[in-house]
Amino acid sequence: MNIGWLTLTLLLPFVGALATMAVPKSKALLAKQVALGFALATLVLTIVIAIGYHRNGPADYAEDVTWIKAFGAHYALGLDGVGIVLVVLTALLTPIVLLASWNDAKTGRWSEKSFFAWVLGLEMLSIGVFAATDVFLFYVLFEATLIPMYFLIGGFGGAQRSYAAVKFLLYSLLGGLLMLASVVGLYVVSAKHGDPSYLLADLVKVDMSQNTERWLFLGFFFAFAVKAPMVPFHTWLPDAAAEATPGTSVLLVGILDKIGTFGMIRFCLGLFPEASKWATPVVLVLALISVLYGALVAIGQTDIKRLIAYTSISHFGFIVMGIFALTSQGLTGSTLYMFNHGLSTAALFLVAGYLISRRGSARIADYGGVEKVAPVLAGTFLFAGLSSLALPGLSPFISEFMVLAGTFSKHKVIAVIAVLGIVLAALYILIMYQRLMTGPVRDGIEKLKDLNYREVFAIAPLVVLIIGFGVYPKPVVDIIKPAVESTMQQMGVTDKAPQVPVTEGQK
Amino acid sequence: MSAVLMPLVAQALPLADFVKPKIEYNELAPLLVVFGAACVGVVAEAFLPRAYRHLVQVALAIVALLAAGVLTGILMHDKKSLVAAQGAISVDGPALFTWIILLALTLISVLLFAERSIDGGLSAFAGQAAAVPGSEAEREGTAAKVEHSEIFPLTLFAVGGMMLFASANDLLVLFVALEVFSLPLYLLCGLARRRRLISQEAAMKYFLLGAFASAFLLYGIALLYGYAGTMSLPGIADALATKTGGDAILLAGTGLIGVGLLFKVGAVPFHSWTPDVYQGAPTPITGFMAACTKIAAFIGLMRVFYVALGGTRWDWAPMMWVVAILTMVVGSIVAITQTDVKRMLAYSSIAHAGFLLTAFVGLAQSGSGVTSGITSTQAVLFYLVCYGFPTIGAFALVTLVRDAGGEATHLSRWAGLGKKSPLLAGIFAFFLLGFAGIPLTAGFTGKWAVFTAAWTGGAWPLVVVAVLCSLVAAFFYVRVIVLMFFSDLPADSPDVALPGWQTTTAVALGLAATVVLGLVPGPVLDLASRAGEFIR
Repeated sequence: MNIGWLTLTLLLPFVGALATMAVPKSKALLAKQVALGFALATLVLTIVIAIGYHRNGPADYAEDVTWIKAFGAHYALGLDGVGIVLVVLTALLTPIVLLASWNDAKTGRWSEKSFFAWVLGLEMLSIGVFAATDVFLFYVLFEATLIPMYFLIGGFGGAQRSYAAVKFLLYSLLGGLLMLASVVGLYVVSAKHGDPSYLLADLVKVDMSQNTERWLFLGFFFAFAVKAPMVPFHTWLPDAAAEATPGTSVLLVGILDKIGTFGMIRFCLGLFPEASKWATPVVLVLALISVLYGALVAIGQTDIKRLIAYTSISHFGFIVMGIFALTSQGLTGSTLYMFNHGLSTAALFLVAGYLISRRGSARIADYGGVEKVAPVLAGTFLFAGLSSLALPGLSPFISEFMVLAGTFSKHKVIAVIAVLGIVLAALYILIMYQRLMTGPVRDGIEKLKDLNYREVFAIAPLVVLIIGFGVYPKPVVDIIKPAVESTMQQMGVTDKAPQVPVTEGQK
Repeated sequence: MSAVLMPLVAQALPLADFVKPKIEYNELAPLLVVFGAACVGVVAEAFLPRAYRHLVQVALAIVALLAAGVLTGILMHDKKSLVAAQGAISVDGPALFTWIILLALTLISVLLFAERSIDGGLSAFAGQAAAVPGSEAEREGTAAKVEHSEIFPLTLFAVGGMMLFASANDLLVLFVALEVFSLPLYLLCGLARRRRLISQEAAMKYFLLGAFASAFLLYGIALLYGYAGTMSLPGIADALATKTGGDAILLAGTGLIGVGLLFKVGAVPFHSWTPDVYQGAPTPITGFMAACTKIAAFIGLMRVFYVALGGTRWDWAPMMWVVAILTMVVGSIVAITQTDVKRMLAYSSIAHAGFLLTAFVGLAQSGSGVTSGITSTQAVLFYLVCYGFPTIGAFALVTLVRDAGGEATHLSRWAGLGKKSPLLAGIFAFFLLGFAGIPLTAGFTGKWAVFTAAWTGGAWPLVVVAVLCSLVAAFFYVRVIVLMFFSDLPADSPDVALPGWQTTTAVALGLAATVVLGLVPGPVLDLASRAGEFIR
């Protein structure tokens, strides 16, 4: 058998990480170039896969090898519309992060090359998570992503990095271990129906009692809610994002946290449809709280990176809301939101990182009048901020709109209250911009340098994509839609609601 | 009652005509080889000149362990499963599997015992155990590089006892085996070259508490004999099935036997010896005990409770639930407060005993029709493999971090070790991640197996407690990683000794087991599954 496309996509960053580590310490530049090269190659490969997927469908990319027979575990990879979008996002953000963090690892505890190697390792595991079609494999990779992230935060962050890294690890492990209980439970349920198997395709067919389904659902959901993160399990994110380097924060919020929402679609909705419907009211309220609480707390932050972290909590509230609205529009919107949020938050974190590395402080109060000194930096920051608050014409707008519209069609009250989140988003972004960039030039800002070519080059693809998909989101939506429809079908829910007003209107 | 007992007693009494007992020498060969080599070792100790003893003893031990391993392998290949030696010993799948692990782990331990390059050409053991600590005689012995090469025959006796313990089909054999493996261990614990007083204290504690536990076990055996009129495990099972009345004596006997066995397992509330003994014993011995004693004790425990007392499982299972929960909770929470690496690993081994107990209590047996999936026996055997190799590896690493007073085991001394020796700190961190059960390590697959067995048997609340305790456990493992990698190196940091090939081998095997069993556990799982159930 040939090596599958997806396996190749996993191997490439892994080999890259090893190659990066193999470069002697004295040649730090070479190591970084090697890492970037592998990251770019992975990006090219995933784009090829995405194009092929768009043309020929998912069949070409399914892989399935029995891994541990006694556990019913398979090395099974496959793509659906949701998975491919996130795989591409991962492959896209990794080289951007590497380029943008070119010098950030210099002040770390370990050599620069280890930062680059960890990032590539994280890329490999994340792609695996999004491509796994076996619950056991997913779980293993899901937990394994913690290790590189732990060392990225703990090794290369700010003063409180050890604390933040341990907090991140323990929160994630709490969720992960409860999920382990559910994963074990799935095996037992599956073993009762003959040969145990962790393949998603097999597990979908397994009947379980209502109670079992609900308990297992809770185990999975809790893990994903911690990961996403939803209020009240969110407190690790601001600490981690504030202490990590901007590049690490991008990977954390842009990719790793997506595993939470991705897991909700693929595992909560896919395996426990009944329980998902049962949990909908509570989840929607939690999501709503996340949207509003995240936004409100963001407004009050004095640290740039913490502020951005809280905005993400608000955004993740929207994503979860769209997922559990259980409408095709909401689900499509949420998936699109995951992609767009990855782009806009990456832009915001990276530009903020440029700013912070120049001044050496993350406190908002230390800045003022930056736009007079460094107009390009201020401009890109404004652009990233506007995309984050979902300005029409930029890609996050479409997804946010779809989420709200999808939610509205079934849960009017929730959607109406959630709209407040958009208003608050305008507040936290614009107030931050005002404090940082406008007004008189503060002490210590006068000699701030504007962006250099490398920095512009790293951020440019994000800007282009945000505008491009803001104007023409169809390619992504086309890829997502079939997956969403099949999930809806599996759950036995339909989009009756949107058609009702139309017929009523015609009467 | 006496009417029921009489025929059984009559059967057990020796007949007037002497009948030659039937001994299955082929099946018992591994045991005989180990015990035989141990005896030869004792003789060699008496007759060989001092200069040759160390070499001969090491060679003898290694050859004996390898030979026994090969013989066991042949038996496994032939899928032997029978009750041998007139019903005293059962050579069945689980027993053979246990033998193989015990022999392999002992082999690694023997290599560690023989290591001399770490402490300036001296082994980790006292030159003259009889010399008063700190005395002139001790200094002279050290200067002359005197050694106790008795440790190797003692180890062989210990491992032979463990093998016998894991395959005892009769309560008396079980007791004899327990003593055979315990007594050498008491001695070995007191033989540390450095910090001899703590070492002797550990040996004393272990001996007193161990003797106490043996008394419990023996009393339990007596009561069970009083109930069933036989010492043999299947005989007790038969009595349980047919007999009515006498429940009080049965329950009391079950409880007392449970205390004796749980003491060896290191389960709460019978664990209090573990940290002191683990800390005081010479570190290679600690590794040997942590891995091998636990394995033997666990299999013995399972054999007694599954084979003999399976019929009253509803009576003892609730008690074991409580013990399992206590063991996991106390082991993982108290570990957080430890400031010594060896004590921390001791509490971690207690927590691991708790995880193993969940599978034991789960009672997922293929015979009982509960499952088509993983059975408790398979899960426990697999977990013991996953736990044993890294444990010895981790203790081997502990021997390498040294300062002027010997091993620097205080956790604060390990600060910044990642800077001093990235390799050692990295491997130790990997072992810790394995113990914490992070995926892609053996710890994870092992945990998965025991949790699954527990849940399959319906003990899902135990699984939930276990995952929460795993989180607590992860915290103290990660704390050490933080200490090693994220703290600054103090000025007077301990040195990292250059290991000889023996220690390197032990660490490498632990590392290999952690990686391989984490990635491709299939073959070992199959082997454990082929071991099947305990025969009656």
